[in-house]
Amino acid sequence: MLDQKTINRILMAFGIVGVALLFAVPIIGSRAMVQDLFGVLTLLILAQNWNLLAGFAGLVSVGQQAFVGVGAYAMFACVILLGLDPLVGILVGGFVAMALAVPMAFFAFRLAGAYFAIGTWVVAEIVRLCFAQWKALGGGTGTSLPKGTTKNMFGVPEIKELLGVSSSAASDALTYWLALVLALATLGAGYFFLRSRMGLGLQAIRDNDEAARSVGVNPTRLKAWVFMLTAFGTGICGALLFIQITRVTPEAAFSVLDWTAFVIFITVIGGIGTLPGPIVGVVFFYILQRALSDYGTVYLIVLGSIGIIVMLFARRGLWGLFSDKTGIELLSLRQYAPETKPNPLAQIK
Amino acid sequence: MSILTLKSLSKSFGALTVTDDVSLDVMAGEALGIIGPNGAGKSTLFNLIAGNIKPDSGHVLLDGVDVTRASPMERVHAGVGRSFQIPQPFSHLSVFENLMVAAQFGGGHRGAEAECSCMSIIEQTGLGPVANDLSGGLSLLQRKRLELARAMSTSPKLILLDEIAGGLTDGECVALIKTIKSIHAQGTTIIWIEHVLHALNSVVERLMVLNFGKMLMVGDVDEVMNAPAVKEIYLGIEI
Repeated sequence: MLDQKTINRILMAFGIVGVALLFAVPIIGSRAMVQDLFGVLTLLILAQNWNLLAGFAGLVSVGQQAFVGVGAYAMFACVILLGLDPLVGILVGGFVAMALAVPMAFFAFRLAGAYFAIGTWVVAEIVRLCFAQWKALGGGTGTSLPKGTTKNMFGVPEIKELLGVSSSAASDALTYWLALVLALATLGAGYFFLRSRMGLGLQAIRDNDEAARSVGVNPTRLKAWVFMLTAFGTGICGALLFIQITRVTPEAAFSVLDWTAFVIFITVIGGIGTLPGPIVGVVFFYILQRALSDYGTVYLIVLGSIGIIVMLFARRGLWGLFSDKTGIELLSLRQYAPETKPNPLAQIK
Repeated sequence: MSILTLKSLSKSFGALTVTDDVSLDVMAGEALGIIGPNGAGKSTLFNLIAGNIKPDSGHVLLDGVDVTRASPMERVHAGVGRSFQIPQPFSHLSVFENLMVAAQFGGGHRGAEAECSCMSIIEQTGLGPVANDLSGGLSLLQRKRLELARAMSTSPKLILLDEIAGGLTDGECVALIKTIKSIHAQGTTIIWIEHVLHALNSVVERLMVLNFGKMLMVGDVDEVMNAPAVKEIYLGIEI
């Protein structure tokens, strides 16, 4: 059996090589590959956010598409109505989504469990209907980014020159790199958040709400924080997604299937409540998608069946199964008493 | 100076009155025991003091400040720590992490200061060997110690212990009493509900007797233990 130090080094090496390869994809890979991986990375970002929300804060939301849609529409509004750079629109999208999270939490936090899930879904539908009324952005039929917007986006001309590719390939490369950075940042932020005082409080609430209150933890406040922060991450991701798609409609931007159902599937399959879970889940999902995409409806049936099997027989998902069998824990959240501190990044149980 | 004052506190669940016009003064640094038969309303009284339930009438004062409407979180910050009758550990967290939650949220400690305070409490309560073990896998004695340690980690002025000696062997009980005495010696006020009378009486200075939600009597340990009414409740002797 390998010792802990060796495993740490191997995993570290794999991680660094993997991330380096991912960064190199627009240089060494095809454009189709860049677009494909962009889709994977954005799903990963959404899954990481949903995992924080449902897996750690116990807030099983089925209304995350509200934040994707609002982020996308805010970005479009910035570009079309205010003439700003789309990249500024991404940030604005994040903040607008976070602002939406405040009234949404106000209503949804009165509900618990399944009612919370339904409540968030209903709110998301209402938000979709509201945005379908926004005539300046095409109302129900939606609108496209003005021609040339992505070509002149901040950074695109430089990438075009550097890589010697077309403008649209350069814009794909830029959105891809942004998605990669955002995925890594979300992973890092999640890790440090969960290892902080607030993260420990969240885990305490998850284990025992009443006892947590009795030692001074305020569950509502902590959950509200997570709800707002994940709304920000989800909104940013939504805006980024629709820069690449370049066309927005209420149906596409607020799609419960694309931005929440698949995301829940990925998180549950990979391992809800673990940080590596969404990564494992998204890889699995991508492989399945590639293998089954020619079979139409069968693909969704297989997807659903696998989801049910994992939920019944491996409740902590594929990563949880692997971790239990091998004893390898990655990105562990454990905090050790001062004099007995091993490396927190990876250790054997 | 009284640290806790209850003013004609009452609470009913439907037709059942579980706390009936209870008034009490607890002095800072005191150790008070609460005894009474099952269903006398002892744990409910703790829930009222800790803020887990709100009274129908009456007031709870901490250090002279009315906290009747304050939430459990606010009362922890005001200096009330509690242990639960049935241990309620954060079972997926280690002993150390359980205490860190309490020290950081309830005690207001940060970083190394919180770690330090947790480590000294772990040592005081004899949890050192299992500090990094998940609390879900602890033995009963260890769980009881954890309840005590976690309540201590919120740096309370007043600590509420709910049947912390119940279900322990004599040897375990003696060790626990020693720990509780050391906590009392540090100046922490203790209110302790207990059926194991010899354990209770070796620590507390005063006893209060509850029966059907009413305060039957309060006084010195000897005085209460020898009172005919108490004997009647506990031994069923008609006098």
